[in-house]
Order: sequence, then structure tokens, then C-alpha cells
Amino acid sequence: MNIVVCVKHVPDAQSDRGFEADHTTDREGVDGLLSELDEYAIEAALALVEAAGGEVTALTIGPDDAADAIKKALQMGADKGVHILDDAIAGSDAPATSLVLAEAITKIGEVDIVLTGMASTDGTMGVLPAMLAERLGLPQITLASELSVEGGTARIRRDGDAASESIEATLPAVVSVTDRINEPRYPSFKGIMAAKKKPVETWGLADLGVDAARVGLTGAWTRVLEVVPRPPRAAGQIITDEGAGGRALAEFLATHKFA
Amino acid sequence: MTEVLVLVDHIDGAVRKTTGELLTAARRLGEASAVFVGTGFEAAQADLARYGAAKVYRVEDPAVTDHLVAPTAEVLAQLVAQASPAAVLLPSSPEGKETAARLAIKTESGLITDAIDVQPGGDGVQTQQSAFAAAYTVSATITRGTPIVTIKPNSIAAEEAPGAAAEETVTVTLSEAATAARIVDRTEKAASGRPQLTEAAIVVSGGRGTGGDFNPVEAFADSLGAAVGASRAAVDAGWYPHANQVGQTGVQVSPQLYVAAGISGAIQHRAGMQTSKTIVAINKDPEAPIFELVDFGIVGDLFTVLPQATEEIQARKG
Ligand SMILES: Cc1cc2nc3c(=O)[nH]c(=O)nc-3n(C[C@H](O)[C@H](O)[C@H](O)COP(=O)(O)OP(=O)(O)OC[C@H]3O[C@@H](n4cnc5c(N)ncnc54)[C@H](O)[C@@H]3O)c2cc1C
Repeated sequence: MNIVVCVKHVPDAQSDRGFEADHTTDREGVDGLLSELDEYAIEAALALVEAAGGEVTALTIGPDDAADAIKKALQMGADKGVHILDDAIAGSDAPATSLVLAEAITKIGEVDIVLTGMASTDGTMGVLPAMLAERLGLPQITLASELSVEGGTARIRRDGDAASESIEATLPAVVSVTDRINEPRYPSFKGIMAAKKKPVETWGLADLGVDAARVGLTGAWTRVLEVVPRPPRAAGQIITDEGAGGRALAEFLATHKFA
Repeated sequence: MTEVLVLVDHIDGAVRKTTGELLTAARRLGEASAVFVGTGFEAAQADLARYGAAKVYRVEDPAVTDHLVAPTAEVLAQLVAQASPAAVLLPSSPEGKETAARLAIKTESGLITDAIDVQPGGDGVQTQQSAFAAAYTVSATITRGTPIVTIKPNSIAAEEAPGAAAEETVTVTLSEAATAARIVDRTEKAASGRPQLTEAAIVVSGGRGTGGDFNPVEAFADSLGAAVGASRAAVDAGWYPHANQVGQTGVQVSPQLYVAAGISGAIQHRAGMQTSKTIVAINKDPEAPIFELVDFGIVGDLFTVLPQATEEIQARKG
């Protein structure tokens, strides 16, 4: 089974995230790391390949630093990496990103499963798996909290707020997984050493036959008009309970017409 | 007037509150046309009329609802081609966002997700979104195709305005690709009797600090008519269902009032509640980061504070 896991290098959520003057995400001023929701996808891919054989390719798009996301995937156990690196890509929106990823997946070829996390921790749109399925013409089985593959059919459990569904599709398919699917492994010392020898290819847009005009800020189908820091919340009132805290809470709620 | 398509969010015809919000937003941009997919049309029609749907496209083909997301996107693409709407609005639920994603690719149109406001402006439609756990507000517009926007529940106040809700049956021919992901089994969640989490005006959440006893959280929530949420720590421990998890990987809520009891306020939790209008926390630890967000905070034990508050609220009700 050949699996491509799409991974993203994102600004650390614990740091002070912000925007550049052109309204794109600031990726210079803050520490980056592999989006933690992608670790679940890598783990799911490794588990499938460990059970049924095959190969896991970690695929990312991003500037130089994004190589770190591939490195982490390789350290966890992925077999090889593909890094799409091209200055023209900066500022791409989700449709452009999905275009580039779809072309890269097609170029990798012979893929049985495209695996992704449920969303990136920076953009948080959660639309990329569906866009990839649409572009690749593959079935979409997304937001899996359970995943099994048997005889060329993948089955997932998807938990919504109204129902829990079991969904099936014939491979090849695009699968996204939630943080409930598994417990991602930490890279072992052996894994870290082995990762250094694993092949990583770097491709540009020309290698994928993608016209630079279709990506980046110029190729985007949306435009940011303005980014405004939210005014800091006015410091709240904090009291210490000395026996009447509950009544004070009720009083606060009554004053604000909640109770 | 140009039509604006609104994908109706409903369970067997019971229309969710978000649909009224979407129809209200749609009327700012043009004439609201609801798109109703599934069973229960008769039950839904009155609600759609009440919030100003001039027209309702009705799609009942079970092939649409027996498959995940892709057929609904095909239905909408067909309607976009037919009606050339000014915009398509969908709920910011996982299904709404994924449907919007596929529709965007099919129609080569720009997509904005998790909008908290939509107005005419920009290149047709101007939206607002929160970014980085609500640290920023982003205004954006769509520059290509038919603007597709998913709107967060509880962001726009639903306003009633009578509409004809004239039924127009739509027949669809689905492609093979659209029916490739089959829903083979479906278990409805049991109703809690409380408001739906994303729609509720008040949400009361419990975390690890409950030690697994959600009774004081639920009793307090019920005294306010609130929905109950939970942190991932509480969900992971098996104390509360995952459907109630608030945060980055749970649901994102934006109620008038959010109460966090025994929750520290990790960034992933904040991502799901930081846009709440008023925030209250009860926590034993005065250093807990949740206190950075609060309008009102009580340093104390939730097992004494919540029952006392519940009792006081009941007493005031008389
Ligand atoms: C990929 C990923 C995704 C995540 N997604 C989410 C998400 O969607 N939602 C989410 O919530 N978390 C999420 N988390 C987890 C998050 O990082 C925190 O671990 C979690 O929110 C902590 O839950 P908590 O606040 O209940 O527990 P803790 O952080 O342990 O806090 C418990 C708090 O209760 C207080 N307390 C204890 N006893 C009492 C008492 N008797 N009375 C009053 N206060 C008391 C303590 O002082 C403490 O502040 C995610 C983590 C990861 C890695």
C-alpha cells in the first residue's frame, strides 16, 4: 500500500502568531513546527503500512523551513519525503494549495491513500482534504476517528454532533483523521538517525507543470482587505471565594441579564 | 434581484438555528433561496418562509444523503450554473465546510470559511473572520467566481422577514465520483434535552477539575438553560461525550456567555471559545491562563461555587 501523507509546517500556537504587511501569515518571526494535527495522519499511515506493507511518503509545500515538517515525519517512520518549494507559492489560498498538492500526488503516482490531518493549526479551514478529493476525482472519507482497510476498501467512523456514521470507499481515496484516531509515536533515537539517510526530493512548480500565475497572492481567489488585532479584552473582575463566591457569581449573571 | 443560495442545515426537517442566521445574511446580498436536501421538507418550509426564503430548491433523492458531502456539492454546482447566484452561504459545520470546499473547486470560485460577518462590499461580498484563536479580525473578499462563504453559528442575529418559500423541485444526476463514499451505517445521537452546543446562548463547560463529576456543571447549566461543554481532558478521560468537546478539535462556540469550570485555558481550548461575548471562569488556581480572558473570575472550588450559584439563581427565580 502506498500512502502519501500531506503535512504542514506551521507557526507554533504557543508563540505570538501574526501577519506580514501583505496579510500573509508571519512565518519568519515565530518558531515553526509540524502541525500537531498532522502527527495523527502520519501515525495512521505508519500503522497501515506496518500491518499491510507498503511505503509512506511525506509531502509538504512551504518555504525552506518546511523541510522540518518532512524531517519529523521521516523521524517518526515515513520512508521518503517530497518538498514542494517555489517562491511563487507564497500567499497561496486553499484552492491553489490543493492544486499544487494534487499535481504532486499525481506525479508521485500509484498512490492508494492520501492521508491528511483534520485541519492545519494555523489556517484551521479544514477544507483541503475535500478539495484534494475533488481535484483528484477520488472518494473522500474524512474526519475519521477510526480507520480500517481491508481488501481494497477503506472504512472510517465519522462522529458528528447529530450522528456517528460509518463510511466506506474503494481505494484509492483521500482520508483525513482526527486527534481521536490514535496516539502519535515519538521519534525514537533509531528513527532520528535513520531519517538522515532517507530520500527527500525537492520539486518546483515547473516540475509539476503548474503555471505560477495560478498560485500565490496573484492566483488567489480571495483577497484579504484588512487585518486588525483584536482589542485586548478589558481586564475582568477576579474575586477569591471566601464562602460567598457562588452568590457573587449569581449576582454577576443577574446584573448582566443571564439569570 | 439576484438570488443568494443558502444550504439548509436540518435534521429530518427540523431546521437548525444557523439556517435563520444564513437566510438573514443572504437577504443583505440579494434574494434568499434556500436549498433543502433530504427528507422533512414539509416540516421545514414554514421556518424557511419565516426567515425570508423567497424560494426553496427541494432535493429529496436519497442518493444525495446516502453519500458523504460530494453529492450535495454537485447539487449546489448545478444550481449555481442554473441561477447564477450572487453568493452561496453554508453553515460552518464540518459538512458545510467540506461541501463548500468541493463547490469552490467545481465552480472555480473563491471560498471563505468561518465568517463571523458578511456584508455587500469588496468585490461583491465582504467577510470578517477571527484568526489565531481570535487574536485578529480579518476582512476579506472573494475575487473569483461565485462567492462561497461558510458562516459560524451564533455570529449573525437571525431576523424574521416573511418570504414565500416557494417550492421548486430539483432533479439531480449525480456523477459516479460523487457517490464513491457510501454511508453504510448511521447512529443518531441521543438528544440531551439541552440546547445544541453551537447554537446555545449560554455554554457551561467542565474540565479536568471536575474530577469526573459533571453534576454541579449540569445543574448550574440547567439553571441558566445552557448547553454543556467539556475540555478535551474531560473527554479523553471518558467523563463526557466527544460531541461536547469545545476547542480546536471539538466544536467552536461563540455564545453570549461562556462559563469554564475546572478548565485551565490551554490554547487549543481557547480556539473554541475565545469569541464568546462574556467569559466567566471558576478555577482553584489563581494563575490559570483562563483568567486572562475572563470578564468575571472566581478563584475557588467549583464544587462549592457552582452549587451555591445554582441555588442562588433558583432562589432569585422564586
Ligand atoms: C492536537 C491537540 C488538540 C487539542 N484540542 C483540544 C480541544 O479541542 N479542546 C480542549 O479543551 N483541549 C484540547 N487539547 C488539549 C489541551 O492542550 C489541554 O490539555 C486541555 O484543554 C486541558 O483540559 P483542562 O483544562 O480540563 O485540564 P487541565 O489543564 O488539567 O486543567 C484543569 C484545571 O482545573 C483546575 N481545578 C482542579 N480542580 C478544581 C476544582 N475543584 N475547582 C476548580 N478548579 C479546579 C486546575 O486548577 C486546572 O486549572 C488539544 C491538545 C492537542 C495536543
